[in-house]
Amino acid sequence: MNSGQLLLIAILLSSFIPGIIIFCLPEEKHRLRTRLNLCGSILKIALILVMNAGIYYGHVYEIRIPLIPGVELLLNGDPLSALFATLSSVLWLLTTIYAVGYLEGSPNRSHFFGYFSLCVTVTIGIALAGNLVTFLLFYEMLTLTTYPLVIHRGTEKSLRAGRNYLIYAFSGGAVFLVAVVWLQAVVGPVDFSAAGFSPSYLDSHGPVLTIIFVLLIIGVGVKAALVPLHGWLPQAMVAPAPVSALLHAVAVVKAGAFGIIRIVLDVYGAQNLLLLGVLPLLAAVATVTIFYGSIRALQQDDLKRRLAYSTISQVSYIALGMSMVDQPLAVIGGLIHLVHQGLMKITLFFCAGNLAETLGIHRISEMSGVARRMPLTMAAFSIGALGMIGIPPTVGFVSKWYLGLGGLAGGNWWLLLVLVVSSLLNAWYFLPILTSAWFGKQKGEWPEEMYIGRYETSLMLLVPPLVTAFIVLAAGLVANAQISPLAWVRFIVRGYGL
Amino acid sequence: MITTLLYSLTGLILFGMGFFTLIIHSHPLRKILAVNVMGTGVFLILVATAYIPLGQGEIDPVPHAMVLTGIVVSVSVTALALILACRVQETSNITLLKGTKQSEDIKETGA
Amino acid sequence: MIFHVDSASWIIAPVILPLIAGLLCFLFNRKIFIIALAAALANFLVVCFLIWQLLNFGPMRSYIGGWQPPLGITLRTDGPALLMLLMTAITGLGVTLYARGYFSHRISDPVRAFRHQRQQRYFWPLWMLLLTGLNGLFLSGDIFNLYVTLELIGISAASLAALSGKPASQRASFRYLLISLLGSLTYLLGIVFLYRTCGVLDLTLLRNLAGNESGMGAALALLSVGLLLKTALVPLHFWLPPAHANALAPVSVILSALVVKASFYLLFRFWFELFAPIVTMPALNFMGTLGAIAILWGAIQAMRQHRLKLMVAYSTVSQLGYLFVAFPLSRITEGAEVWSIVIFMALTHACAKSAMFMAAGSVYLHLGHDRIKDLGGVRASLPVTVFAYGIAGVSLMGLPPSGAFIAKWMLLSSSFASSQWWWVLVIMTGSLLAMIYVFRVMSQFFVIPEGDVLDTPEPLSPLLEWPALILALISLFLGLFAPWPLHILSQGSTGLALIFPGALP
Repeated sequence: MNSGQLLLIAILLSSFIPGIIIFCLPEEKHRLRTRLNLCGSILKIALILVMNAGIYYGHVYEIRIPLIPGVELLLNGDPLSALFATLSSVLWLLTTIYAVGYLEGSPNRSHFFGYFSLCVTVTIGIALAGNLVTFLLFYEMLTLTTYPLVIHRGTEKSLRAGRNYLIYAFSGGAVFLVAVVWLQAVVGPVDFSAAGFSPSYLDSHGPVLTIIFVLLIIGVGVKAALVPLHGWLPQAMVAPAPVSALLHAVAVVKAGAFGIIRIVLDVYGAQNLLLLGVLPLLAAVATVTIFYGSIRALQQDDLKRRLAYSTISQVSYIALGMSMVDQPLAVIGGLIHLVHQGLMKITLFFCAGNLAETLGIHRISEMSGVARRMPLTMAAFSIGALGMIGIPPTVGFVSKWYLGLGGLAGGNWWLLLVLVVSSLLNAWYFLPILTSAWFGKQKGEWPEEMYIGRYETSLMLLVPPLVTAFIVLAAGLVANAQISPLAWVRFIVRGYGL
Repeated sequence: MITTLLYSLTGLILFGMGFFTLIIHSHPLRKILAVNVMGTGVFLILVATAYIPLGQGEIDPVPHAMVLTGIVVSVSVTALALILACRVQETSNITLLKGTKQSEDIKETGA
Repeated sequence: MIFHVDSASWIIAPVILPLIAGLLCFLFNRKIFIIALAAALANFLVVCFLIWQLLNFGPMRSYIGGWQPPLGITLRTDGPALLMLLMTAITGLGVTLYARGYFSHRISDPVRAFRHQRQQRYFWPLWMLLLTGLNGLFLSGDIFNLYVTLELIGISAASLAALSGKPASQRASFRYLLISLLGSLTYLLGIVFLYRTCGVLDLTLLRNLAGNESGMGAALALLSVGLLLKTALVPLHFWLPPAHANALAPVSVILSALVVKASFYLLFRFWFELFAPIVTMPALNFMGTLGAIAILWGAIQAMRQHRLKLMVAYSTVSQLGYLFVAFPLSRITEGAEVWSIVIFMALTHACAKSAMFMAAGSVYLHLGHDRIKDLGGVRASLPVTVFAYGIAGVSLMGLPPSGAFIAKWMLLSSSFASSQWWWVLVIMTGSLLAMIYVFRVMSQFFVIPEGDVLDTPEPLSPLLEWPALILALISLFLGLFAPWPLHILSQGSTGLALIFPGALP
């Protein structure tokens, strides 16, 4: 066992062990619990940064555990996994701080934070997975660890949402398992590091490989909420706000999108996919999802539901970028949106949670004039929303810019159209919120106003959205710098030799 | 040879009769008896088998050992079944000797 | 390969130890638990030692009293047998601890303390005898001896099932005893047919003869029907749910996790070793179809139950189906792999199902009922049990990294390799249905009951909660340790690879 392997294990354990300890802690030891959580997440970020540096300088991080002949668990740190792992661990730290503030005084917190930690362990596992079997392992585990969080409130409504979530997620998992076994039966075991199986299989097994690709995309598409597999996501909104943030920005939807990236770039590889000619299918699904999500978002008055549909729409930019895998710029756009969408969406969810927790506001119609009561929260919200629309200098603009450039480079003019229309739709459902919040008049009392903390709300609720909003701006401004998400994504894409 | 065949056939018929009774009748005691008849049928065939392999009037001892074991098992199982049947009768108003009240509608709830 | 009597005589220990313990349990009135625990522990250690022997010296056989076959009693070890012994030993140890907690809890309730004391009094010796029968069955190398162990298992299992003393369990166990008798008699008739054609009882000798004798089909059919009755494969499963669900919790564990496996193990050995030359593809497909029906029917029934223990019992019916789906897929897989599918499935099911029945029993003790719709609030009062239930459920669903996942992986890849895609549909549908019935209960655990929480009853003894969790964890992480069972299996591949040489298409 060399130091690289130890590092991988330490990265996984840095949230797993706190999680297990938290399960065993009595309910009232919230100080110790918070400390454990924070130490674990800071340690995790530090370890992941060490790994990132190592990856940049070409170290190999790899653990292989053979199970049965032809099936092995493989943990592998490559640039792509570093991207996802860094994103998840940073956002996890912020979400943990937020959750501590959000759940102050509510029951069953030991369980909540225990599953929370397990959930991020599993997400990092997904990031580090080096082949489809390992990915599947953590992918199914993710469903299991998020399920208790979704039904945390124990109400009839949340149980129903949980049930639907399970049915969608496990059906997707089952399809995925079948596809993985089938693929292995056809082409043998495929490691992600191989960047695609040998094209020689295409001649003999072309149609079968197309079917397997569709099955794989269906399997991960459930979590990535591709239309028509998105049904669980808006329902899961009954969960507490930190869980929504986790589902939308840190773990679940991201895991699905990450799966699409892995399948396109690493399992099949650009060459094979172009030869199979299935990419237009993926592009079509992504486009439909983008429009459908935006249009449904327009119709929602519930703030969290609108954000949920917005997620459905936004995550598909990643799939859209992947569907033009022959264009490096489009791939950059898709990959970078994995990070950017997470940052923006988590800001929005934090703010929505603040509104609900402090003022009892759940509906957009109640938000009129809220910016005067909670200016900082609404400032963060506005930055997130403008980012979603794609206004420079936010990160949302960077994503759309690269997607557009990629589309142009490949001669896909329709892509520009998609981007413009979807940006207009985004503006249509976000701008009215902003104008009414900033310029509207307060209509009567807030539904359930509470005075928490010295500022507009408790500090633990206020800091995380401000930090993420700051990153949304800063990462957009310094996108071209030496160290930025964009620089790392370029590094990834160089690695694929596109 | 003919004798062996005769015994074997009788054994098979006994087995079949026992099986039939076991399926058709719901009365606990009849079921226990039916199982015993089936057992007897099998033992009969076994005893008949003992004669075959060596011919010349010699007898294979192994089937006899098997029959003895079988009879011991059968006796003890019958005892256990009878006790259980008595318990069933005590706890659920099914008379053992008179009438043929259904014992089949075993409710799957209520424990 | 086959060692002389001295080093092989350890084989007899797993049979003798529980037998002695069982007799002592009858004789003594107090400290019975200590005797049983000592026997279960010793049994576990001996099994570990036997596995060590197998890994170092290969398969062994021992002739009791030095009598050689065809007259003597043969005991023999090989990979599959030892893994089944290990399964029994681990689950048995868990059950022994759990039963202790269970009876202590019930006796501490003054209302019916006497009755519960009597139940405990009879539980330990019967359990030890059952353990004797199971170990004997896995080790026996003689087809008539197997009949005796089958009867031993049947008698002690039926008596155990009747222990609870409630009318429903009395009726169920009476039916169970009759079914088990019917099964054994059919099996015995099969032996008679076999003996008539071959004239030997020893399994090794029989295997050499079986290929070239005619009239083996009838014997195989009779043996199979007898064993299928005991294994409760659909449509012969009707006796299982009432018998398993109405028994005392530790008894349900034993019946569901171990007893059905014993007859299945025999059946599998017959089909794939003894009678392998005469087994035809239609016969295998028939078994597989029954297995598929069992998976779906059992799961649908489990979804419809209103009581937790009945749900778990129907889940056993469903899970047994997977063992039979392996039959038609076996022809294209190589020797050791057939065994590994079945062994992984059986090991996972034994551990997970015991954990589940233990959890159900603890919930019953805690709430005084096991109605699924009224399970709210259990999560807060019995967190360990709920965990155990959840993990066991996950293993039953075959999610990675459980042992069942490994088995399902191999089943799926064999069906793709042989282009029998319909099995894929059955297997995956079964998993999804399992998800529904497992989480239907799980979500009820998470309901936060309205109004006052019932005046918190005293916490359950750790013996009632932790064995379940540990067994559940074993079943979940079995997949990660897959190479170990595979290694043990490959030691005693018992000529399977020879039966299907290069069977891959």
